[in-house]
Amino acid sequence: MKLDKEALFEQEAEELMEKVHQQYGYDFRGYSRASLYRRIKRFVANNSIPSMDLLRQQVLGNSYFFEGFLQEITVNVTEMFRDPSFFLSLRQNVLPILSTYPFIKIWDAGCSTGEELFSLAILLKEEGLLDRTKIYATDVNQKVLRQAKEGIFPASNIAAYTSGYYASGGKNEFSSYYLSNYGSLKFDSSLVKNVVFYPHNLATDSSFNEFHLILCRNVLIYFTHALQERVFKLFDESLVDLGYLGLGKKETLALSVINSRYQLADKSNRIYRKTS
Amino acid sequence: MVAFQKVVLVGGSWGGIQASLRILEKLPATYPFPIVLVLHRLRNAEGNLKRIFEKRLQLGVQEVEDKMPLQPGQVYLAPANYHVLLEKDGTFSLDVSDLENYSRPSIDVTFTSAADAYKAKLVGVLLSGASKDGSAGLKYIHDKGGVALVQDPSEAEVSTMPEAAMKLIPGCRVATLDKIQEFLLWIT
Ligand SMILES: C[S@@+](CC[C@H](N)C(=O)[O-])C[C@H]1O[C@@H](n2cnc3c(N)ncnc32)[C@H](O)[C@@H]1O
Repeated sequence: MKLDKEALFEQEAEELMEKVHQQYGYDFRGYSRASLYRRIKRFVANNSIPSMDLLRQQVLGNSYFFEGFLQEITVNVTEMFRDPSFFLSLRQNVLPILSTYPFIKIWDAGCSTGEELFSLAILLKEEGLLDRTKIYATDVNQKVLRQAKEGIFPASNIAAYTSGYYASGGKNEFSSYYLSNYGSLKFDSSLVKNVVFYPHNLATDSSFNEFHLILCRNVLIYFTHALQERVFKLFDESLVDLGYLGLGKKETLALSVINSRYQLADKSNRIYRKTS
Repeated sequence: MVAFQKVVLVGGSWGGIQASLRILEKLPATYPFPIVLVLHRLRNAEGNLKRIFEKRLQLGVQEVEDKMPLQPGQVYLAPANYHVLLEKDGTFSLDVSDLENYSRPSIDVTFTSAADAYKAKLVGVLLSGASKDGSAGLKYIHDKGGVALVQDPSEAEVSTMPEAAMKLIPGCRVATLDKIQEFLLWIT
């Protein structure tokens, strides 16, 4: 039987992913296919790449090109105070409990370009916890980690960020946290002085520390159930007893085997607590 | 995975809520296919859309969550701020990547991924709306052998969306809401 256009594309995409794994070590086998295929098609269209053959040559022949490709297919879209009610709940329900520890460790897994990280740091600062908190900010993509370190975000989103900040219980003037300059916002670098930026691949790397809180939001939606299961086990190993796990608004632990060890600390904001 | 005979997809924007209530309200709770509804929503608008549909429909109503399996007799609402895709294994997946046609959820994204997964089993319906989102996705469904239904623009609250689809898909079927409802019952 002759393959139709879509089947042919899917076959070529699978071959490319296989080669990418061999050559660069990035494993996309556990990524949800519909979304992955759509990203590849978008990358091809946006960059006017005439064929999958040429895409393969470029991706495998040019590591700089590969970095851009990686960035597109791993979806780095993020914002500050995404779902303000999540941050409000962290502030009201989670940070007061964390404050009983002498020293707090947090993992922001899949932190992308840092908007979520800076939102979290602002909360910690306002609750008086920043100085005794260490945050590990990780992502599979080194390029976004470099951006996260800089803390420079486009000013075009400032209205949404400002209202998100207040909706999440912000206590100061939001503008006191950044300097505005030529269309960019440069956030106060002291917010991330206790942050370690670290490349970590949730699909292949292992647990590296123990945490009181892990945030992993809008990353798991790109993974199949099987890969999600791996990641949940990894988080389970990396959380102290009574530690918290914050997921994205439409993500759930309910389908996982570790679910029985967790309670919903805040159902609508998908904040889970490990039982002891 | 459950092998459905059909999967119904409905897209709409301005005027789309009322129109989709009208085509779905007579469908019984035992309706044998899943129905996926992508309506453009206000950013961060919360669950009241679900309540509106629950009140008026006999079908079950749920907001899509990541990796949820499709079930017959259920209406699945695309959540605010996420694209919804259909996987070949009978589940949904979500995506927060850039807006398409200024929209997230985008109708094109859902229709296109559904057509790749379900091919000729699809029935795509495009309703009232002040946007061109959806017509490329509906064309893709049509090209894969699925049914492309468009609300009669003379009846639509805003005709931009149906007209865009009619222009792009000469072979689409144009029908009033009553006829679309009849069709959805007739295919069972
Ligand atoms: C949509 S962003 C989410 C950013 C932020 N957490 C939020 O909710 O706004 C997804 C991030 O997950 C990262 N990612 C994708 N696959 C990953 C993997 N295997 N390991 C670690 N991070 C990954 C991407 O690089 C991207 O930065």
